[in-house]
Amino acid sequence: MPKPKPKDKRKTKEKKASAQGEEKKRFHTSGPRPLWSGTITFGLVSLPVNLYPANRPKPVSLRMVDNDGTPLARRYFCEKEERVLDYDELIRGYEVEKNEFVVVEDRELESLAPEKSQEIDLKRFVGLDEIDPMYFERAYFMTPDKGVTKAYRLLAESMEATGRAGIATFVMRGKEYLVAIIAEKGILRAETLRFAEELRTPDDIPLPEPSKADKNRVKAMQQAIDALVEEDLEREALQDQQSQRIIARAQEKLAHGEDVIALGEEDEPEVEPEQGGEVIDLMQVLKQSLAEGRPPGQEARDDAGKSQPDKRGKPAAKRSETKKRPSGQRGTGKKAAGQGDGKAAPRGKRSAKLAELENLSRDELYERAQQLDLPGRSRMSKAELAKAIASVR
Amino acid sequence: MPARAMWKGVIRFGEVEVPVKLYSAVQDRSVHFRLLHEKDRSPVKQAMVNPDTDEIVPHAETRRAYRTDEGSLVVFDKQELEALEPDSGRDIEVIRFMPPQVVDHRWYDRPYYLGPDGSESLYFALAEALANSGKEGLARWVMRKKSYVGALRLHRGVPMLMSLRHEEQVVPVDALEPPKGKALDARELDMARQLIGMLEADFDPEEYHDEYRERVLELIEAKRRGKSVKVTPIRRREASDDLSKALEASLKKERKRA
Repeated sequence: MPKPKPKDKRKTKEKKASAQGEEKKRFHTSGPRPLWSGTITFGLVSLPVNLYPANRPKPVSLRMVDNDGTPLARRYFCEKEERVLDYDELIRGYEVEKNEFVVVEDRELESLAPEKSQEIDLKRFVGLDEIDPMYFERAYFMTPDKGVTKAYRLLAESMEATGRAGIATFVMRGKEYLVAIIAEKGILRAETLRFAEELRTPDDIPLPEPSKADKNRVKAMQQAIDALVEEDLEREALQDQQSQRIIARAQEKLAHGEDVIALGEEDEPEVEPEQGGEVIDLMQVLKQSLAEGRPPGQEARDDAGKSQPDKRGKPAAKRSETKKRPSGQRGTGKKAAGQGDGKAAPRGKRSAKLAELENLSRDELYERAQQLDLPGRSRMSKAELAKAIASVR
Repeated sequence: MPARAMWKGVIRFGEVEVPVKLYSAVQDRSVHFRLLHEKDRSPVKQAMVNPDTDEIVPHAETRRAYRTDEGSLVVFDKQELEALEPDSGRDIEVIRFMPPQVVDHRWYDRPYYLGPDGSESLYFALAEALANSGKEGLARWVMRKKSYVGALRLHRGVPMLMSLRHEEQVVPVDALEPPKGKALDARELDMARQLIGMLEADFDPEEYHDEYRERVLELIEAKRRGKSVKVTPIRRREASDDLSKALEASLKKERKRA
């Protein structure tokens, strides 16, 4: 009996409509959690918000496999001891001179962010068109927290009506960001901006000083420009043709059953796509959490925080069983509890825990890693965090 | 230190050809850490390993795979992927020109300055033609085996390319549902607008600095000299329950300051 998979994201519309109830439930238990939760302050008004990426990863993220098709994981290893290191054996260092490092703990880095910096304090509003294109970096949607929609709507409507964007700095995950808070169609968005010091000026390059050009040449160029003018831009013009070529070729191979390897669903989480970002139905999540004014997955958060008793000794299903299954049978596979075949004692013990941890969002994993004071956690991917936490407990 | 050109190309539209050099307009200012083996503080290497066995798999023995929605892998050979790579070349082909603002900040990715590659007269003619027409171009090019879409425009009179996100990467706002609820209170709306008006100013990017980065560098310097650092916990604020009161008090405060 094929079971719906939590990671089965890019569905067709028909499928979505029929599975709406199911979908909804699922997002409350395993949907993506916000990247950041914090507070916008506007005068004395405080407005708790959640941040979700407004940019999706590229449609194609290829992962590395070995010649047998086993997905590989990126790991750190010690050259002297010739072995893979666990995350609790790693520390973070800043190279002050060649091969001389100052060790910095994450706890110390966190202490550098003052309390206030967890807030987006809107002390200044500017005309949106005043911000030079060069400054814009990335976009995040903001959803109101816990049904507190009034202040959110009030701010969105007032900003939109006045054509203004709020400007602030705040600290998220060990980095300070300059943001423009923009309201569009009743939705607040945070656009991170580059700091002035991150941008070069033409003088820094340096580029030649503008000088007068030949009149006839300019005229000819202008005519060539005019000949190509169109008033609008449809989204299709911005399609990623390179990714689409790869997808088309993959579909061709799939149709011929050529180089296709079926994976058990639990094979997935350990190996992150190379280009980063969770592949999620962000739209569904945002739609829901904006409409309801509540981040999805909230009720799941409490149970997820508690650790279940360790299913000691229960070995994970062997990869070899799931790996070479013919593609027709995919999705019927047994629940493999994470990675590893249980032959090395500490790993076997960990794998059950891993499977459980991998159901959590990166944010939650990060929180746990923070409690455990794991070194290097802010640079870890979701899978790496899960692994690091599992190896401690 | 003068910046180095990262790539050379030729802007083309109609009969026009302008050889240019690309310079990144962004400079990385983040503080980079290395991961070290705690035992002897030596830097660690990264490797691709088989997660079952922890064995390191050499690069020559790796392949790339595409994961389908249904959860299977389609494996590609390196040659096969190479065949799918876009044709490399030097052309920055402008496929159309549009009024400015047609492509807005939601698409912006990375800015590149353009400098002349050889002929300065062609380069300045392009700048002037762009300025006179008030249009910006939509261009495609292939740089280091990746295909780009970008906007050709001027930045304070200097030609630049702003690379753009692809269609699939930008979530359309239209498809989202904003929060709904009872009609907003007219008085509260008015107060909010007044408050925005009082807080209005010009955008002065020079005013904002990455202070956190500066503190991180200070910490490193302090540690280098053998000092320790204290740790403060972070708390989160409560939501305001009485919006009217908060807005009123904010306005009062701002008026006092003015």
